[in-house]
Amino acid sequence: MSAIKAGRTAYVNARILDPASGFDGPGELLTNGEDIVDLAPSLFDGKIPSDVEIVDCGGHCLAPGLVDMRAQLREPGEEHKESLKSGGEAAVAGGVTTIACLPNTNPIMDDEATLEFVARRARLLQLSKVYCYGAATKGLQGKELAEMGLLAKAGALAFTDATKAIADAQVMRRALSYAATFGLLIVQHAEEPTLATGVMAAGEIATRMGLSGIPREAEIIMLERDMRLVAMTGGRYHAAHISTSDSVAIIAKAKKDGLKVTCDTAPFYFALNELAVGDYRTFAKLSPPLRGEEDRVAIVEGLQSGVIDAIASDHAPQDSDSKRLPFPQAAFGGSGLETLLAVSLGLYHNEDMKLLDVIRRLTVAPAQILGLDAGQLAKGKKADLVIFDPDRGWKVIADKFKSKSKNSPFDGRPVQGQVLRTVVDGRTVFDVLAAESASTSEPKRATAKKR
Amino acid sequence: MRDPAFPHRHLLGIEGLSPAEINYLLDRSDRYVGINRGAEKTSEALRGRTTVNLFFENSTRTRTSFELAAKRLGASVINMQVETSSVTKGETLIDTAVTLNAMHPDVLAVRHPDSGAVKLLADKVNCGVVNGGDGSHEHPTQALLDALTIRRRKGRLNGLLVAICGDVLHSRVARSNFLLLLTMGARVRIIAPRTLIPSAVERLGVEVFTDMTAGLKDVDIVMMLRVQNERMRGSFIPSIREYFHFFGLDRAKLAQAKPDALIMHPGPMNRGTEIDSDVADDVERSVIREQVELGVAVRMAVLEILANNAVAHNEESANLRKVGT
Repeated sequence: MSAIKAGRTAYVNARILDPASGFDGPGELLTNGEDIVDLAPSLFDGKIPSDVEIVDCGGHCLAPGLVDMRAQLREPGEEHKESLKSGGEAAVAGGVTTIACLPNTNPIMDDEATLEFVARRARLLQLSKVYCYGAATKGLQGKELAEMGLLAKAGALAFTDATKAIADAQVMRRALSYAATFGLLIVQHAEEPTLATGVMAAGEIATRMGLSGIPREAEIIMLERDMRLVAMTGGRYHAAHISTSDSVAIIAKAKKDGLKVTCDTAPFYFALNELAVGDYRTFAKLSPPLRGEEDRVAIVEGLQSGVIDAIASDHAPQDSDSKRLPFPQAAFGGSGLETLLAVSLGLYHNEDMKLLDVIRRLTVAPAQILGLDAGQLAKGKKADLVIFDPDRGWKVIADKFKSKSKNSPFDGRPVQGQVLRTVVDGRTVFDVLAAESASTSEPKRATAKKR
Repeated sequence: MRDPAFPHRHLLGIEGLSPAEINYLLDRSDRYVGINRGAEKTSEALRGRTTVNLFFENSTRTRTSFELAAKRLGASVINMQVETSSVTKGETLIDTAVTLNAMHPDVLAVRHPDSGAVKLLADKVNCGVVNGGDGSHEHPTQALLDALTIRRRKGRLNGLLVAICGDVLHSRVARSNFLLLLTMGARVRIIAPRTLIPSAVERLGVEVFTDMTAGLKDVDIVMMLRVQNERMRGSFIPSIREYFHFFGLDRAKLAQAKPDALIMHPGPMNRGTEIDSDVADDVERSVIREQVELGVAVRMAVLEILANNAVAHNEESANLRKVGT
């Protein structure tokens, strides 16, 4: 295991994108060990010292490594679906240098030991940096508060019951109040569980397919209730993966009213709609469910206007046994780490958003919500970088994912935007040239499971 | 060679079928009605072929109907009643499909409690698959036998006004029926309390009523649906008593329909819940027993076509492999 990387590296011939400073233009960047030394349009003036390693970015984009504020890494407990290693490799292949992972592991991250186990294991792997959410309630049961203060001291970034809503109003009220004591953030999967008993979005398609529907109101009602509780308690609240037009309006109003509220969405909700469920495709069975086209458009608009602060992968790896089932029985969730950047760049290619704004929602914006010193290119910051070609086209082939699970609702989709190199603390942890030459020399894997 | 008038390998639903294909299936079924009424009922059409009834849900009527249909065509029939609980514990649906496929059946008739499960299974086998009912999705042979019953009595489907009453939300029979009837040019009303009407169903082309008296006005056909108590996860209706009062078919409500309106029910009936015995047993109006009779004829036609298409499909695949080598 290599310790701190020594020596200096110059990243030249780059289009530097730094949303924090608003810089988008040609430039050069110098790192020393783990840190960024400096960056400027013309840092070296053509005279790079001989002891500096040179990385020619080929005119492509150099941006802060992506900060993914919502992913499930399944370790400990469900290593057959994902591990910190496979998830870390998937992350760096996707340009993600920081992951905030959900506490729904087994054992659950409602005590310091599990949190520290994950942090230590991830650190040893030296891939993407992994931070953990703590459980908001003990055992994610939604009844008793978890030890938020102590968990925060052990490194928990924020508190959530992961894929479950904190449904009991009194529990949510106290979670917000108690968390506010320490200035901590509560992250909610906003969905009223008693309304969300279905398996896909309610509406014409669910009716046609004979599948039980989840109404949009499940999300809307929970958000509206939560806004009242946030106003009542003065707590900090973040709504994860919002998916309806009304949700955007509710968050916009809350922000206008001065509540400490933020939200994110996932590429699924601005790049897909309920039609993706098609012929009972279980890979498109997500929570919240993919909704109608009007909601998808509203989510794009929410990102444009800035009401939606961040984009998270919502990476939910599921093994084939959990997905190769009749639709009602199949597990919820989609793989997201390796398509996060390319699918998000669709917002730029469709001229919905400026490139810098897309990158902001993938880097500095989520970092600020979580209080992480990440997602920026500036003197003294850690050298967590991604080099990508925003135009290079490729086709999503889930079977080629680094992730152990292949449940991508984007499987087969042509996308634009290729990660070329990912750097964590100055170390190159992913290099597309190395990855491509490795995969072509590798013997072809049997495709027996594709019948 | 595949049947040019119905070249599909599977019958998974009514959705996607053309009026010509539906008419063809009904014409073929019609021929078997006469044979079934004669003394010599068994033919050699499927001699040497095997059909399997794979039922993941309890059923006596549909399974018996498929079994009888296969036997009358001279096929060997295997009945497999699989408890879904044991499937979820051990073998998955796909494993079951692969296992059965290895035994080279010609046609599988499958019933499953989950919508889409029959399609999932059909994607994994070489034989023909007929959907014997999947969750709340489709039950195509029921719709075909209902259509045949109507066509024989009324001479047509086009232009008729049909009311489908009851638990439309959970009913695969309702879905297949209104899809078929709309395809064939009939007008369809659904009548039910709001809690039993699927969301956005009017976008599929049906007219929605919540009042029996208004909904039954001038209809040619009254199709009652079983109130599926076993599917009710919550309280969709307050009580049987209240349901029968407002939505049960009795003489008074039936008086709104045309004088020669037919009464249909896919069975098994809950007398006194959705239908009054007096109406159900009215020989002038009720065609419920005829539906059961015609069900065998429809399933004979479907099994025969799919079994022959399955052979043609496997020959096509074999030829493709030869070309490939």
